[in-house]
Amino acid sequence: MLSTEHVSLTIRDKTLLKDLSLTIKPGEVLAVLGPNGAGKSTLLKLLSAELKPSQGQITLNAKPLTAWTKAEQARLRAVLPQSSRLSFPFSAEEVVMMGRIPYRHSHTHNQNRQAVHAALQIAHVEHLAQRLFTSLSGGEQQRVQLARVLAQLWQVDSEQARYLLLDEPTSALDLAHQHHVLGLAQHLAKTWNLGVLTVLHDLNLAALYADQIAILKEGQLQTYGEPQTSLAPSHIQQAFAVEVEVMPYPLQVNRPLVITQRPNFNQFTTLTL
Amino acid sequence: MNKRSQGLLISLVLLLLVMTILALGIGAVEIPAAQVLRILAQQLGWPMANPPDAGQITVLVEIRAPRVALGILVGAGLAITGATIQGLFRNPLADPGLIGISSGAALAAVSVIVLGATVFQGLSSALGAYTLPLAAFIGSLLVTGLVYRLAKLEGRTDIATMLLAGIAINALLGAATGLLTYAANDTQLRTLTFWLMGSLGSATWTQVLTTLPLILLPVLVLPWFAPALNAVLLGEAEAGHLGFNLERIKQVLIVLVALIVGTAVALTGVIGFVGLVVPHLLRLAFGPDHRLLLPASALLGASLLLVADLIARTVVNPAELPIGIITALIGGPFFLWLLNRYRHRSF
Repeated sequence: MLSTEHVSLTIRDKTLLKDLSLTIKPGEVLAVLGPNGAGKSTLLKLLSAELKPSQGQITLNAKPLTAWTKAEQARLRAVLPQSSRLSFPFSAEEVVMMGRIPYRHSHTHNQNRQAVHAALQIAHVEHLAQRLFTSLSGGEQQRVQLARVLAQLWQVDSEQARYLLLDEPTSALDLAHQHHVLGLAQHLAKTWNLGVLTVLHDLNLAALYADQIAILKEGQLQTYGEPQTSLAPSHIQQAFAVEVEVMPYPLQVNRPLVITQRPNFNQFTTLTL
Repeated sequence: MNKRSQGLLISLVLLLLVMTILALGIGAVEIPAAQVLRILAQQLGWPMANPPDAGQITVLVEIRAPRVALGILVGAGLAITGATIQGLFRNPLADPGLIGISSGAALAAVSVIVLGATVFQGLSSALGAYTLPLAAFIGSLLVTGLVYRLAKLEGRTDIATMLLAGIAINALLGAATGLLTYAANDTQLRTLTFWLMGSLGSATWTQVLTTLPLILLPVLVLPWFAPALNAVLLGEAEAGHLGFNLERIKQVLIVLVALIVGTAVALTGVIGFVGLVVPHLLRLAFGPDHRLLLPASALLGASLLLVADLIARTVVNPAELPIGIITALIGGPFFLWLLNRYRHRSF
């Protein structure tokens, strides 16, 4: 398990996260929701050891995160960034190959190539392999990066549970690929016994694919549980300040569907006229 | 490493060998390539029925060989440094000359040359041949750290800030160097002027051999950092996620870079643009993978500097041009072309 235990982070008197305890379990997808500035990205940076908590502790497979070396962590946890700023002309395949950097000494070149090949296939970017990464569209780049982090968790010859952290993985994707990526995350969680955390903005994507949902607001955990309970109208209204209705998702068992009401602008009409 | 990369490295080694033989043979005393090979063989202890001409041996061994050795060292050092800081700064326009690292080294070295006899007297006599390289090393280390700090913004280096910082630092150091020339006497002044424009002319075996490890070791060590530099191109956070302790790696790289540039500047003065041109040509043709780029840059940089030095010492025969002028004449237009290219698309 990858867990935060009563974690707080304060930077220059500003509290970014407060007393946060949650757990990413192998085999499960945890979706983290919340309005802008709620601390979702900060949470991801703590879990990926980019930042250290001011209070509390983060544990990875029952050991404190800090007890693992960076290289060991890289074999247990991969992080998909929100966007890429790579400006050097690597081919997509070379970018995916970088996911195998943690295995450059422990695996043969052929094994690493196999992992890259498989990752390109399951991320649906095999046809882009020889293209220059810099020439791809935003969505294509995001999928190539996904292939890279999948290659990083592929064929690791280890009994340890592994974790995949996704920062808004669907932000640049079209409808089909949004569902492909999250469906893939769900599938890999089950088949590879992977613990997946994904930051999302779309409540209905979270409702469809997550096993657990955490809603953050102003650095605090507001709701945490299965989609049916955590996506109750009152929770959503409190966190996002929008009016919603929640009903059962058609043809899906135990999945809620969130319907958002249009905001009311009547109060402003006198101002605009 | 795939076949293509191996092929490239082998061709670059061959190119360097050919350039070395040419550079050893061409000059006021012409020595044909075959004769160069015979002299080298004889020097290495190969038994020979009719030994080569003694005059030619002296010219080759005492005058040209140290100069060629220095050219290879400095060329390889500057080019691999360029490739390294371009990766570290995630910025293909970084060059030790452009961002002021060379000027930092130069200012420190000029200070020692001019003030060495008075202010730094104790220091100079204690460190001997290493005084100038050490001073230049400290100068370049300070500037590299400063530029890195200035240009870094939210985990990435800003191209414009970095180049502007380089301009400011170059101007500042130029002014300080200028001030020092007032304090210099006539002899010092002549040394300074020639040296600030770069030259391999001062090479002697003692000098080359004492400072050889200061460049050679970093050049041999840097390729080990290729996977880390590749990961840095993805982003600093991403490099951390791939298992690298980036803060440590950055510190080591900055020290290695400063060591190479500092020593190179102390030995040959300011030779610009090698670190910009060489990695770029290689990246255009073979991609940005540092596992190939770093060793290939070192090899091509060495060859390029030998060519530049050949031009410098033959074109106005019997006089000699500073090599910095040649590299700037090639590198300046190249840089402009690069800027234009960068305006339209990525690298």
